[in-house]
Amino acid sequence: MTSTVGDTTAPGAEAPQPTEDMYGVGGEEAEGHVYTVTGQDWDQLVSEHAERGDERIVVNMGPQHPSTHGVLRLILEMEGETITEARCGIGYLHTGIEKNMEFRNWTQGVTFCTRMDYLSPFFNETTYCLGVERLLDIEDQIPDKANVMRVMMMELNRISSHLVCIATGGMEIGALTVMTIGFREREKVLDVFELITGLRMNHGYVRPGGVGQDLPLRALTKVREFIAWMRKHLPEYAAFCNENPIFKGRLCGIGYLDLAGCMALGITGPPLRATGYDWDLRKKQPYCGYESYDFEVQTWDTPDAYGRFRIRLSEMWESLKIIEQCVERLEKMEGDPIIVPDAKIAWPARLSIGSDGLGNSNEHIKHIMGESMEALIHHFKLVTEGFRVPPGQAYVPVESPRGELGAHVVSDGGTRPFRAHFRDPSFTNLQAMPVMCEGSMVSDVVVAVASLDPVMGGVDR
Amino acid sequence: MTDEPGTSPENLHKESDANAPVKGAVPEGESEPDSETKQERLTGPESGIGSADVEATTGGAEIMAPEPSPEVLATRKGMFGVTGTGDTSGYGGLTRTIEFPGASSPPFGGWWDSVYERIGQLVPNYSDVITKVVIHRGEITFHVAREHLTELVQHLRDDAYLRFEFCSGVSGVHYPADTGGELHAVYHLQSMTHNRRIRLEVSVPDADPHVPSVVAMYPTADWHERETYDMFGIIFDGHPALTRILMPDDWPGHPQRKDYPLGGIPVEYKGATIPPPEQRRTYS
Repeated sequence: MTSTVGDTTAPGAEAPQPTEDMYGVGGEEAEGHVYTVTGQDWDQLVSEHAERGDERIVVNMGPQHPSTHGVLRLILEMEGETITEARCGIGYLHTGIEKNMEFRNWTQGVTFCTRMDYLSPFFNETTYCLGVERLLDIEDQIPDKANVMRVMMMELNRISSHLVCIATGGMEIGALTVMTIGFREREKVLDVFELITGLRMNHGYVRPGGVGQDLPLRALTKVREFIAWMRKHLPEYAAFCNENPIFKGRLCGIGYLDLAGCMALGITGPPLRATGYDWDLRKKQPYCGYESYDFEVQTWDTPDAYGRFRIRLSEMWESLKIIEQCVERLEKMEGDPIIVPDAKIAWPARLSIGSDGLGNSNEHIKHIMGESMEALIHHFKLVTEGFRVPPGQAYVPVESPRGELGAHVVSDGGTRPFRAHFRDPSFTNLQAMPVMCEGSMVSDVVVAVASLDPVMGGVDR
Repeated sequence: MTDEPGTSPENLHKESDANAPVKGAVPEGESEPDSETKQERLTGPESGIGSADVEATTGGAEIMAPEPSPEVLATRKGMFGVTGTGDTSGYGGLTRTIEFPGASSPPFGGWWDSVYERIGQLVPNYSDVITKVVIHRGEITFHVAREHLTELVQHLRDDAYLRFEFCSGVSGVHYPADTGGELHAVYHLQSMTHNRRIRLEVSVPDADPHVPSVVAMYPTADWHERETYDMFGIIFDGHPALTRILMPDDWPGHPQRKDYPLGGIPVEYKGATIPPPEQRRTYS
């Protein structure tokens, strides 16, 4: 953490040495006195500062800071404890996922985009696949079972994502129990993911045309157990937080952003619904059959951090309702197809659970290696070359836990995406940080940023 | 909009029925809207403009204008990127044209017509403003001349019958084959009031990559425009602080342009070498 003192109060000539910033660009002179905080005696630093009597300080909070949700850098200009100006510095986790997707086939794109917003992988996969399916013009052919499974995975994912938000948000204000129980429940969700997809994160499970694997045995039992567990333990969050005076004292009125602000800044998700506006793409522009589920859009009447917390809490209950309906449907769908019948699009490989875990399906290998030459050719062509997608562009947004997540997918008729751009809600919502923080205390910045729930993997992509 | 061959040099409209299936005007966002949503969408503005169109249902909108002819963007030969005598695959003679969905002409069906007509009322010279309308897979794209972008966007946001109050973001696309309009900036606008979504597309030549900024109308476009500048080098005139956002400030080049290499190193495994992704075989 380095701090720069502005030139307004810097005595200038008397400054003994350090106008050089060891983290700054070489040769460039800093604007004022530079304090570099690298584990030395804090008192020394404080007394050095007190001696100089600077009032305006620019603090770099992050990019390595436990309260900034990953590698987010907050540049805060402060007078005392009050933020006068705040800006975000992002890009520290840019991995070029969109560019990389242009060099892999359409199915492999899923493997990349699932890693963007790593707390909501199924949403990334689904919005990308919905875009590809629209370009392929196979939206009507997606099997019902695939849609129900997508919805179930997305809603489980919404719960796990909201749990992380609430847990880390709690931890940052010292509510450690909220953190421990939050991660305890999230672990249960990840267990379900692991059983169904083979992985706890970065699944690559939703595929253009359907989903990658059928449900394994015991999956629905496991989901039922999870629902029962959540119904028992979800009230704990409300009991810990909802009326907790310390919790409310830290959250109420913090990070205020009303409807006009949300509209101008393009904010969606819980911050928008906290203004009382029931904008939820699952209801307004249903996809994956959301119109056939019974659930309510959650809103709140205070557009602050507390309202967003309450919305996330209620949304987890609604997600549980949807998951229950999914389980009911899936029970009747055993053996139904999970991917489009078009063998040109459906991913040919299959996995199965053996004694040593999830791996190649022996059945499938036997089929392509011993029984059918055509199946082998088909497998080879699809795995190496992939399928072609007609030229055009599509944008099918979904309601991710953080807001509108959409993939602008462009095809030139080839076997690879010509361009895939993700409109990530974390990226857009983070623009609201200055308007929510300026004028507040530095301790409220942490709460305000946490209430937006930015995930830097999604912001930087 | 009729086909206007003069709009850009590559508009070689070809009579071909392949690859241009245009679905009916399904209100975008889903394939089967439930009755509740449909109801909401159809209670559009009580306006003189196109009230009949607003009432057009999903089924009724199947009566479409004649199928637009696709636009050939480029022609590619061969299959694996191998040419000449080195090509033993037999695929070297393949010729494939890249045909993007072509321009549609009114009536488009559904609410699309009322939006289009309303724009026509608000912007007198709308044939200069909107150079092309493309309807593809149930999504409508307005190709906008860049000098009129801010004017159009202002109307789209403020007019009560349009009210596209929400901008999802800006996405850049680099079409090296689209001579004279290599760089495209694509805006997705959402009308929450009417539950409609449209797409605006502005194309500018590589040599003069200037697009007016829409930050004054949609502050949310701030970071999106910075990202598009960062990745494609499109300069958004009037942006309050157009700097790089994801790449380091001193980064040379614009990484998501097609002429920018992906990078990567060969991977060696058990004596065999796998080339980096950008050097692997492509299927053109």
